[in-house]
Amino acid sequence: MAENPNNKRRDFLQLSTISIGAIGTAAFVWPFLSSMNPAEDTLALGTTEVDISSIAEGQSITVKWRGKPVFIRKRTKEEIEEAKEVDFTDLIDPEQDIDRVKKEEWLVLIGVCTHLGCVPLGQKLTDNKGEYNGWYCPCHGSHYDTSGRIRKGPAPNNLPVPPYSFLNETTIKIG
Amino acid sequence: MSRNSEHRKYKNSFLNWIEFRLPIISYFEKEYGDYPMPKNCNYFWSFGALATITLVVMIVSGIFLAMNYTPHTDMAFDSVERIMRDVNFGWLLRYIHSNGAAFFFIVVYIHILRGMYYGSYKYPRELNWILGVFIYLLMMATAFMGYVLPWGQMSYWGATVITNLFSAIPFIGEGLKTWLLGDYTVGNATLNRFFALHYVFPFVILGIVGLHVAAVHVHGSNNPAGIDIKSKNDTVKFFPYMVMKDALAVCVFGVIISSVIFFGPNLMAEVDNYIPADPLVTPAHIVPNWYLAPFYAILRAIPDKLGGVLLMFGSIAILFVLPWLDRSKVRSCNFRPIYKWFVMLFFVNFFILGYVGMLPAEGLYLLIARIGLVYYFGFFLIITPFIHKIETPKSLPLGISDVYLGGGKAIPTPNVQKEII
Repeated sequence: MAENPNNKRRDFLQLSTISIGAIGTAAFVWPFLSSMNPAEDTLALGTTEVDISSIAEGQSITVKWRGKPVFIRKRTKEEIEEAKEVDFTDLIDPEQDIDRVKKEEWLVLIGVCTHLGCVPLGQKLTDNKGEYNGWYCPCHGSHYDTSGRIRKGPAPNNLPVPPYSFLNETTIKIG
Repeated sequence: MSRNSEHRKYKNSFLNWIEFRLPIISYFEKEYGDYPMPKNCNYFWSFGALATITLVVMIVSGIFLAMNYTPHTDMAFDSVERIMRDVNFGWLLRYIHSNGAAFFFIVVYIHILRGMYYGSYKYPRELNWILGVFIYLLMMATAFMGYVLPWGQMSYWGATVITNLFSAIPFIGEGLKTWLLGDYTVGNATLNRFFALHYVFPFVILGIVGLHVAAVHVHGSNNPAGIDIKSKNDTVKFFPYMVMKDALAVCVFGVIISSVIFFGPNLMAEVDNYIPADPLVTPAHIVPNWYLAPFYAILRAIPDKLGGVLLMFGSIAILFVLPWLDRSKVRSCNFRPIYKWFVMLFFVNFFILGYVGMLPAEGLYLLIARIGLVYYFGFFLIITPFIHKIETPKSLPLGISDVYLGGGKAIPTPNVQKEII
């Protein structure tokens, strides 16, 4: 059978028809799947400028950036010490405090728990700050330290630091 | 073809006209009139009909709710409140729909329990079971998306937590999550697509229900004795016997669901969902709907993100292979003196998991969730595949009619049986 040149011709036609059909289907499906990704207006990176002059030492504020809460905290001397003293190599997600801040007293974090996306407590003075004096996620019990690093609980990563810059002494631009 | 060759099967000429062109009348006669049901089926066999009717009620009430609902983050919460306060009978439509969802799960859980206890998933009904698990999966997805639509605090944070599950998948997780949400957080794009899918999924379910029923009609329904139909004497016709029996079941079910809809419509609702969604404040305690809570308990019982997610999806996926995990030839647990208790314990365990899934994951509750998790998987992976090695099943009756000879209890040995016949 295989010697019959007609069979080779058949195989070739069959394979090329199937391939072209598959490529065509994929090309047809792609725009539909792609339409479900964030649209251009959603992607357009919003930037937020925040006046931080009114934040006292030990206080935090929450601002909204790209739909997410961003924590801005003016840390106390003790909190900075606490964050620096830890042997970072032993942490769940090892990172030095110095790599997470631009100015020691200002800690800027995306306030979304890296476990399942809840907003951790610890912004208000009356909040439960967890065992490491930073933030505590009430949903599934993740504890973050004074550098926003995960120390205990199911979350796999530290609270991320968003892109930001100091425009001057009292203004931060996030994004 | 001459017109005279048209069969004069029915007295009504209109029916004949239809039947000749589309033999749907004889199909319904065969499948829902003459269809032979084992005569020993108990009321557990009415829950398939109850589930189908609940599905139809959910679709109808949902369509009418959709006529007044606005899927936009700025208006969704208010449009639901408008349905509750201003739309004529809107409160009734919504309470039917929200409580109907809970009762749909109650009915389906009893239906699944029936299938597990009487071994309905075994040869030759494996595909039927698989179709059923697909229906259950789609039901969970539909219920989850429906819960997001009122855009309350629980809607928002439930959606956030569940969609974040996908971010645990290595490499593609974050991208997949963003693709599902259409945004970096749960937002308007998410609400819109959830509404679209929540509308269409029930019709997909309806289609699979059609296949599920067609599949069971091929080899006939299982029965409490778990033995095959051998003669016409073993069965009764679907109409009128089963139709009347199911009708009574529907009446009783109607009384129960109506008392909840009219006298306790918020019994199964979360108070926090009457607070509009706020992306900056997480409720202290995120509670899933009770019917999804067992899986939430499994998720939280594991102190590792990816591990918890894998076990949660695994706990649903394992249902698909149940027909191949169970090696016993005996279908019904009525004749399996040991496995019977493990099946019942499985359901008790499932509801305990659901209970702790709605409580904070700490201390004793966490411990209970972990024990429950071990039993859940132990049941499927150890007890079900190996119990037949130590279990001696009771002797099966020869035929369904014989079930009644000994009052359903003492089963004569096969030899004696033959002499009686």
